[in-house]
Amino acid sequence: MSTMDLEAILKKHAGAKRDALIPILQEVQEAQGYLSREAVTRIGRHLNLPASKIFGVATFYNQFRFTPKGKYHVMLCRGTACHVKGSQKLLDSAVKLLKLKPGETSRDKLFSLEIVACMGACGLGPVVNLNGEFHAAVSSRKFAKIVEDCRQKELEHAQN
Amino acid sequence: MIQFEADGKTIEARDGETILGALRREGVNVPTLCHMEGLSPTGACRLCVVEVEGAPGLVPSCSFPASAGMKVKTRTPRVLEARKTIVELLLSNHPDDCLYCARSGKCDLQTLARDLGVRQRTYRGARNDRPLDISSPSITRDPDKCVLCGRCVRVCEEIQGVAAIDFIGRGSKTTVATAFDRGLNVSSCVNCGQCILVCPTGALTEHSNVEAVVAALADPSKTVVVQHAPSVSVQLAEEFGIKAGLDVDGKMVAAFRRMGFARVFDTSFTADLTIMEEASELAHRVATGGVLPMMTSCSPGWIKFVETFYPDFMPNLSSCKSPQQMMGAIIKGFWAPNQKLDPANVISVSIMPCTAKKFEAERPEMAPNHVPDVDYVLTTRELGELIRRFGLDLMALESETADTPFGERTTAGKIFGASGGVMEAAVRTAHFLLTGKELENLEIRPLRGAKGIKELRAKIGDLEVGAAVVSGLGNARQLLEQLKAGRKDLHFIEVMTCPGGCINGGGQPLGADPEAAKARMQALYKIDRSEAVRVSHKNTEVKRLYDDFLGRPLGEKSHKLLHTHYAKRETVI
Ligand code: SF4
Ligand code: SF4
Ligand code: SF4
Ligand code: FES
Repeated sequence: MSTMDLEAILKKHAGAKRDALIPILQEVQEAQGYLSREAVTRIGRHLNLPASKIFGVATFYNQFRFTPKGKYHVMLCRGTACHVKGSQKLLDSAVKLLKLKPGETSRDKLFSLEIVACMGACGLGPVVNLNGEFHAAVSSRKFAKIVEDCRQKELEHAQN
Repeated sequence: MIQFEADGKTIEARDGETILGALRREGVNVPTLCHMEGLSPTGACRLCVVEVEGAPGLVPSCSFPASAGMKVKTRTPRVLEARKTIVELLLSNHPDDCLYCARSGKCDLQTLARDLGVRQRTYRGARNDRPLDISSPSITRDPDKCVLCGRCVRVCEEIQGVAAIDFIGRGSKTTVATAFDRGLNVSSCVNCGQCILVCPTGALTEHSNVEAVVAALADPSKTVVVQHAPSVSVQLAEEFGIKAGLDVDGKMVAAFRRMGFARVFDTSFTADLTIMEEASELAHRVATGGVLPMMTSCSPGWIKFVETFYPDFMPNLSSCKSPQQMMGAIIKGFWAPNQKLDPANVISVSIMPCTAKKFEAERPEMAPNHVPDVDYVLTTRELGELIRRFGLDLMALESETADTPFGERTTAGKIFGASGGVMEAAVRTAHFLLTGKELENLEIRPLRGAKGIKELRAKIGDLEVGAAVVSGLGNARQLLEQLKAGRKDLHFIEVMTCPGGCINGGGQPLGADPEAAKARMQALYKIDRSEAVRVSHKNTEVKRLYDDFLGRPLGEKSHKLLHTHYAKRETVI
């Protein structure tokens, strides 16, 4: 996101107080895909809040991330229905396979992992959403295949 | 005044006072964890609960106001059980590390567990296993020992105005961390150590240099010399169980010699030297239309604060190094060559009431040719540890005097240890420099005492001077905001990072109360009253140093050895 977008968002919230923090964070993340250090510092100046406080508030909610998304953004559902269908095991193997913790992005910026509470597809759990595309009843095996496909695509892309 | 009943006895409370406040005055020791005297209550830990007749549940006495006629019970089985359970729960994921913990013996959690009768582990929660943060040269954080009382967060924000840390995450994942959960070293933390003082556990400690100093003392190829800051001699006895306010300068010097330090120098000597340089710098700024108000530069937490939060004020900072770094520079740059010693084989150790001094000593500009002017900084606490390690009975030692040439000091250098001391010493000398006469009454009352902001308007010769003294960075922030808003009547400002000055520094003995800081302050002023040489410009060794080596204040050699520069910090603030 350009500094212009950030300034435009802050302009909309001119004279805002602390209670505007969450909406501002949401809008910035919407525009930027994540909350950068620069953005947090700038928002802090706008609201007269220290960066540590903003980070504290933002980490209280699951929806904010502090690194840009990867090219392949994996959203894994940890809602109740998916949990019953074994999403914890799936998460464990995803963490191992991608070498990422939820909220993180791989160094090569290819993959990022995120946990979401419920994606409204409870009958199909465990559900994974890859760049907007739903995958139902994902086992660890199936997840490995999904990741492998992405890697394959990258390889072909690089060769062409 | 209102009256209410506590455990069947009628007691008094001031209007609006909490139950806790009234009980404490009556000598009832209600345990607390999150409560901080003078700051608004958070009611987070609920350890301070009592029974109030008519109230549905137990109430936290630290935030519940006393009201007329209420009936309070502080030691019913229900109360005692509730408190014990809270501690047991806090211990459920706590490492059983007391034997190896730096806080052991001074740990509130340990004391609570003992006093409330916790004799076995009742709950076993999953350990957090969070990594230690050893990134800072001053502060070490062990999140696994944190009980989330929030005291560090509040002192950092409300007293110091820094807000480097806060609670992050939620539920069982909650922890105290910096913005973006990065190391303290890259955060806006100014290394003041005030958080260590308020932490009830071993989650916050200074970065220890004790082992390094022990090793240096045992190395025959090294000459180990030591300097000690003005306030250390009025703090150290407390490490050995003595009530605050006793000066043990001579015994401490004796202890240094027994432990193998080759020379014992006094940082108050370079405090006198600082006055000569700083007074000259101020006079120069006034005469040449330089940047005013000039601000003192002896407190390294304050320096980092300006570099981080108020870089526009960097030109206002005096270019003088702090007394610690002046002494370091003279030891390595003058004394060592004079003694035909290679500076790299001289280990210069400094004893400070301060954790930020550790950071200061590691600043790259304080290490010409990569040889640091000060190799290791120990806090007063660590000096206590060192003396105990070497098996010395401090109080039984015969007093000895410091070494020449840098052991001589005036009482003006000594009072640097209390907020207002630098200003008082500077006014004494400035008066002499500008008028040729000594100040009639050397004691400048408005500059003394524990108040966070003190001001003085004085006429020195023909010069109308506006001076301000602030301690605690929250107060400093207030003053800087006034200057930003256009305040113009000030010429010289003294800033100490810690509330009350070095006597209340982040490296002081643990478990001290506000009264202890006052007693230490009084001890410094008593020294000032009882000695003959009370102005820095009469320090004969300082004069000799100028004659033999430095030339004159602000001269070429001074510039190279005693002055420094500052740089804006790109930190997430
Ligand atoms: S913090 Fe206190 S209770 Fe915990 S290990 Fe250290 S001394 Fe023991
Ligand atoms: S050392 Fe000072 S600035 Fe740093 S976290 Fe502690 S209180 Fe805050
Ligand atoms: S680090 Fe210490 S002061 Fe800070 S919240 Fe934890 S236990 Fe409390
Ligand atoms: S001390 Fe009263 S709630 Fe913590």
